[in-house]
Amino acid sequence: MKLTMASSPHNHSHKSLNKLMLTVILACVPGFIAQLIFFGTGVLIQLLLALLTVSVAEAVIMRMRKRSAIAALNDGSAWLTGVLLALSIPPLAPWWIIVIGSVFAIVIVKQLYGGLGFNLFNPAMAAYVLLLVSFPVQMTAWLPATDLLAQPITFSQQLSVIFNGYTSAGFSVDQLRVGFDGMTMATPLDTVKTDIAHGLTISESMQSPVFNQWLGKGWGWVNLGFLIGGIYLIKSKVINWHIPVSFIAMLAICSGIGYIATPGTEPGVAFHLFSGATMLGAFFIATDPVSAATTNRGRLIYGALIGLLVYLIRTFGGFPDAVAFSVLLLNMAVPLIDYYTQPRTYGHGVKK
Amino acid sequence: MTLFYALLALGSLALIFGLILGFAAVRFRVQGSPIVEQIDTILPQTQCGQCGYPGCRPYAEAIANGDEINKCPPGGEATVKKLADLMGVEAKPLAGGEQAEPVKTVAYIREDECIGCTKCIQACPVDAIVGATRQMHTVLIDECTGCDLCVEPCPVDCIDMLPVETTKQTWKWQLDAIPVTQID
Amino acid sequence: MEKLIQQIKQGKVWPFPGGIHPPGQKAQSNTQAIKRLPLPEKLVVPLKQHIGANGQLIVDKGQSVLKGQALTKPVANWSVPVHAPTSGVIADICQMPSAHPSALPELSIIITPDGHDTWCELSPVTEPTTLSHEQLIDIIHNSGIAGMGGAGFPTYIKADSRKPIEFFIVNAVECEPYITADDVLMREHAEQIVKGIELMQQLLSPTLTIIGIEDNKPQAIAAMKQASQHNDKIIVQTVPTVYPSGGEKQLIQLLTDKEVPSGGIPADIGVLVQNVGTLFAIEQAVYQGKPLIERVVTVTGNTIHNAGNVWALLGTEIKHLLDCQGFSPVPQQRVVMGGPMMGFTLPTVRIGVVKTTNCILAPDHSELAEPGPEQACIRCSACADACPASLLPQQLQWFAKSKEYDKLKEYNLFDCIECGACAYVCPSEIPLVQYYRVAKVEIKEQQAEQVKAERAKERFELRKERLEREQEARQNRHKRKPAAAKSADEKQKVADALARVKKSDDKADNKSAVAAAIARAKAKKQTGELEPDNTAVAQERAARKEQARAYKAQKAESNENTNDTPADDKKAAVAAAIARAKAKKATKTESTETTDAPVDDKKAAVAAAIARAKAKKAAQNESNENTDAPADDKKAAVAAAIARAKAKKAAKENESQPTDEVTTESEPSQESEPAAHNAEDKKKAAVAAAIARAKAKKAAKENDSQPTDEVTTESELSQESEPVSRNAEDKKKAAVAAAIARAKAKKRQQEGSDQS
Repeated sequence: MKLTMASSPHNHSHKSLNKLMLTVILACVPGFIAQLIFFGTGVLIQLLLALLTVSVAEAVIMRMRKRSAIAALNDGSAWLTGVLLALSIPPLAPWWIIVIGSVFAIVIVKQLYGGLGFNLFNPAMAAYVLLLVSFPVQMTAWLPATDLLAQPITFSQQLSVIFNGYTSAGFSVDQLRVGFDGMTMATPLDTVKTDIAHGLTISESMQSPVFNQWLGKGWGWVNLGFLIGGIYLIKSKVINWHIPVSFIAMLAICSGIGYIATPGTEPGVAFHLFSGATMLGAFFIATDPVSAATTNRGRLIYGALIGLLVYLIRTFGGFPDAVAFSVLLLNMAVPLIDYYTQPRTYGHGVKK
Repeated sequence: MTLFYALLALGSLALIFGLILGFAAVRFRVQGSPIVEQIDTILPQTQCGQCGYPGCRPYAEAIANGDEINKCPPGGEATVKKLADLMGVEAKPLAGGEQAEPVKTVAYIREDECIGCTKCIQACPVDAIVGATRQMHTVLIDECTGCDLCVEPCPVDCIDMLPVETTKQTWKWQLDAIPVTQID
Repeated sequence: MEKLIQQIKQGKVWPFPGGIHPPGQKAQSNTQAIKRLPLPEKLVVPLKQHIGANGQLIVDKGQSVLKGQALTKPVANWSVPVHAPTSGVIADICQMPSAHPSALPELSIIITPDGHDTWCELSPVTEPTTLSHEQLIDIIHNSGIAGMGGAGFPTYIKADSRKPIEFFIVNAVECEPYITADDVLMREHAEQIVKGIELMQQLLSPTLTIIGIEDNKPQAIAAMKQASQHNDKIIVQTVPTVYPSGGEKQLIQLLTDKEVPSGGIPADIGVLVQNVGTLFAIEQAVYQGKPLIERVVTVTGNTIHNAGNVWALLGTEIKHLLDCQGFSPVPQQRVVMGGPMMGFTLPTVRIGVVKTTNCILAPDHSELAEPGPEQACIRCSACADACPASLLPQQLQWFAKSKEYDKLKEYNLFDCIECGACAYVCPSEIPLVQYYRVAKVEIKEQQAEQVKAERAKERFELRKERLEREQEARQNRHKRKPAAAKSADEKQKVADALARVKKSDDKADNKSAVAAAIARAKAKKQTGELEPDNTAVAQERAARKEQARAYKAQKAESNENTNDTPADDKKAAVAAAIARAKAKKATKTESTETTDAPVDDKKAAVAAAIARAKAKKAAQNESNENTDAPADDKKAAVAAAIARAKAKKAAKENESQPTDEVTTESEPSQESEPAAHNAEDKKKAAVAAAIARAKAKKAAKENDSQPTDEVTTESELSQESEPVSRNAEDKKKAAVAAAIARAKAKKRQQEGSDQS
C-alpha cells in the first residue's frame, strides 16, 4: 500500500458550493409558492425557461473557455442566477425576455468577467436592469393578483401569452391587466408613485383595488415568503445576518422618518418592507457573496446603503422599485468598503 | 467688442492656470530617485556580467539609455516583469533561451584539485573567494551570488556551480515532490 | 489588574473570534490507560528535534550507550541535547528522513537496542527548593526538554525568561480532534504535572497559574483539580470546546483577555505558556533525574484496530507504533503525524517519534475524506468568520495566488497561525493554508535575497573602489600617463567606467568574463553601438547550467547508494567531472562550428556522445580498481585530470577524426592504473594532475586545423605525466617536468597559430 501526501487540514466541514447554492434555491420556495398562488403559474414557466437557458448558456461558454461544463453546472451557481431572475421578472413577460436576461447574466456578467467568483456585479440583477432599460413595457407589465383579474387566466392561457403574446382568446398582457373597473392595474409601488405624482394622498391612493388596506394584494405574502426563506438561510448559516438586517433596518428607519415628516405622501414602514422586491433583495440578492462586501462591518455598511438607496429611488427617483439599481451601485463600491473595513488582526493595535 | 471680452476672459484664464501650474511644478516637485537607481534596485546584484555589461549598475544605466530589459538571466522572468512595469514596455522572454525560473547556484571549489592560481579570485565581482597564490581557494557561500564568472577562468576546471540546497527553512511545501514509499 | 485576577478566579473566559467545531473523535483513543510497547528493533534519534541548533555529537558509531545517556551536548544557539532512549549499540550515524513536513534528511543516530534497557546513572533531586535558579535551568536544559505541544521550543529558554511573568498558563486544552495524549497523561499523572508546575512557579514566580482544559475532558479536569487543590495559586479553568483554543495566542486571549503583540512573544505581556507534557517531563527530569527519552503518543484512526495512547521511546519508528496497535492500511493511506487540522502526512513510516510527536493518525477515507478538487472562491468569507486571528483569509488567498507579496504583508499574512480553520470551512475546498505557507516561505526568501543583493552590491562597489585605488597606485609608481580618452558624451561615461575596470583586469589576466564583456562593449562602442550582443554567451551559459543540473541529478543518484562506501561518491564525482568537461567541449565546438559546417554538428554531437560513454566506462574501470586499492583519493583525482584532458582533446578532434578518437579514449583507463599504483605522495600526484590539466587546457586552445600535430602533443602529454608520478621523488623534479611540458605545449601552440 502506498502512502499519500496531503496538506493540512486533513478534515473538512463537508460544506460544498453545490450544497450552498441548492440551499439558497430551496429557501426561495416559500416566496415562489406565494407568487404561484397570487400571480399565476406564469412564474413556473419562467422558472423552467430560465433554468434551461442558464444551463445551456453556461455549458456552451464553459466549453468555449475549454473548461469542464459539468463541473461548472455542478456548482449550482448558474441555476441560482436563473431562479433569482425568474422570480424578479413579470410572470407573463414574453419568453425571449427571460432568455435574453439569462444569457446576458451568464455570458456577459459572469463568464466574461472570469466566471464564478470574479464577477463584479450580481448577474441576476445586472440582467434585470438590462431588461428593464431595454424593454420597459414588457418589464413593467405585472399582472395584479389573480383574484383582481376581470377574467381568470388558466395555465394554458399563460403559456400562450408568454410564447405568442396573446391568450388563445386573443387578449394581450395589457388587456389582461385591466381590472373590473376598466382601469389598467399596476403594482402597488407603481400605483403609489403615480398617484402621489398626480397629487393624491396615500390614503386616497390606497383605495385602489391593488391594495389590501395597507399592503399590496399578494405582494405582502410574496415578501413574507421570502422573509421566511431568508430566516432559514441565516439559521442554516448560509448567509450572515449583517446585510439583510442592515438593509431592512435602514429602509425601515428611512421610511419611518419619511412617514413622520410627511404622513400624507408616505405609505409607511410596513408598506416599504413588504412591497416589491424588498425581502427578495434583502435575503437573496444583496447577500450574493461574490458581489457583496466581505467583511462583517463592510456588510453592515453595504446593506444599509442599499436600504438607503432603495428608499431614495422609490420615493424620489423615476422608477417604482429600486433593489436592482441599488445593489448594482453598491456592487461597485464593494472594493472600497472592503478596504476600509478590514477587521483588526489579532495582536495589532495593542500596546507592546 | 464681444470678441475682445471673450479673448480677454480666455487669455486671463490661461494666464491664471499657467501660473498655478508653474507654481505647482516648482512647489510640488517630486524628488524621485533617478531611473537608474530604480532599475538598479530591481536588478539582482549578482554582478555577473551575463548581460554583457560589467556589473548590474552599468546594465541599469544601459537600460535607462534604451537597452533591452531581457538580458538578466539571474533575475529571471520576475525581474523582466518588474523592469517592464517600471520602464513601461512589454515584457519579453529572456534572451538566449534561458530558463524563466533561474536555478540559484553557488560556486564550489573542489579543493583537492585547486592549484592556487588566484584567477577565480580576480574574476569574482563580489570578493567571495578567498585564498592566496599556491594556496587552496574556497568560496564564501553566503557571499557568492552564483554569477558563474569564476568558472571560465579556472585553468583546471575545479569550480562547480552547484544548485543551492533546499533546507527546511527554504522548502516550499512541494508535497508532491516528496518521494513516498510503500508501507512495509 | 486586581479586577482581572478577580474575574479569572471567578472562572470568566474571554472567547476569541472565529473558531470551528470539528467532530472530536477523541473517544476512539481515550478510554484505555497508556500502554507500554515492547522494545523496537531499532531507534532513529534525530539530533535536532526542536527549534534551534542541534547539539554537538559526543558518541561514535559502534559505541555502546546506556539508557538516558546523552548523545549530544548542548552548544550555543538554543541547542538542546538528545539522549539514548534505551541501552544498546550505535549502529550508524547518518542522514535519515526527518519528522518534518518536508521529510528532508536530518542527521540521526541509529541505535540497536540490546534488550536490557539498562539506565545510566541518574541523579534525582528530592528537594528541588534547595536548588538555585541556575541549577534548575541546567537540569531542564541537560535533560533535553523542548516544548512537547508541537512547536518544540527549548524549555530552558522559556523557563529562564528575563521578563517578569504575571500569568503562567498551562496548556492542557488539546483542541485538535483525535488527540488524547495530554488528556490521558493528566488522568494518570496529574500529581507529577502539578509538581512540574510548581517547579516552574519556583523559577518564574508568577502571580497566578492557570490550567486551561477544554470542557470535553471532565476526568482530566477532576484529576487536575484534585492534584492542585493544595496550591491556591493554581486555578483549573474550563474553557469551551472550540478549535483552535489550544493555540498559544488564542489560549492567552481566552484565559486573560490579553493579546500577544504582532511579532512579539507572550513574555512581552507577562504571560508564559507550557504544555502539560512538557511539565511532566520537567518533573521527571528533576525528581527522577530522567532525561526526556519517551513521551505519550496517541495512535488512532479507523485503520488502527486498537486505538489508544502509548509510551513511545523517542526514535521509535512509526511503523512499530502502527504494528503494535494493529494497522490495516487502505489504498491511498494517509499517515499523519499530529492531528487532522495541523498535522502533516508522512512519506514513509520509517520515521522516528520525536519530542513534538503527540499523535499518529491513520484515518480511512470515510472519517477524513480526501480533499475534492479546488473550486472557485465565491467570497462567502466563511473563512473570515472562522479565522481566530481576524484575518481575511479570502483576500490573502487572492494575493497569494497572484504573488502580491506587499499586499500579503499589508493584510498581515504573518499573523496567520496556520490553524486550518479557514480551509476547514471553505465550501470551495481551497487549500488556503497551503497557499499561505508557500507565500510565507517565498516572502522570507525574497527578503533574504534583497538583503543579499544589497550586500553584493556593496561588496561590488567596494571592490571597484579598491581596484581603482590599486590602479592609481600602480600608475603613480610607474609615472604612466592616464589612458582612456574622455568624451563629453553621456555614453562615454559608461565606457570610461568599463575602461577603468578593464585596465585593472588587464593587468591581472585578460581572461575573466568581465574583461571580455568590456572588450565587447568597447568594440561595439567603436562601431558606434553600445548594446552588447550576449546571445551566444547566453546560449553557452544555458548549456552550462544544464550540465550543472545534470550533475546535481547524478549526485542525487549517487547519494541514494548510501550503503556504498564514501569512495563511491568520489568516483561518481570524477565520472561527472569527465562527462561535464566533454560536454562543455562538445557544446563549444558545436557553437563555433555551426555557421561554418552545419553537417559537422551532428558528427560532433555523436562524437561527443561516444566520448562521454567512453569516459564513463573509463571511470568505471577506474573505480573498480579503486575498490581494489582504495587507499588514495588522489589517485582518482589524477586519473580524472588525465581523463579530462584527453576528453577535451578528443572532443576537439572528433569532428575530423572520429576513428582516431577511439584509441585516444581507451587510454585513460590504462594510464590511471600505473598512476594509481605509483603515486605515493599526495602532493606529487596533485602537482602532476594540475600540470596535466593545465596542459590539456592549453592544448585544447590550439587550432583545429592541426589535428595530426595535436595527437602527438596529446600522447606526449600523457607520457610525460606518467613518469612524473612514477619517478619524481621530490617536488623539484615534478616542477621541472611541468615546466618542460608547459614549454612544449606553448611551442606547439605557437606553431599552430603560425601555421594557421
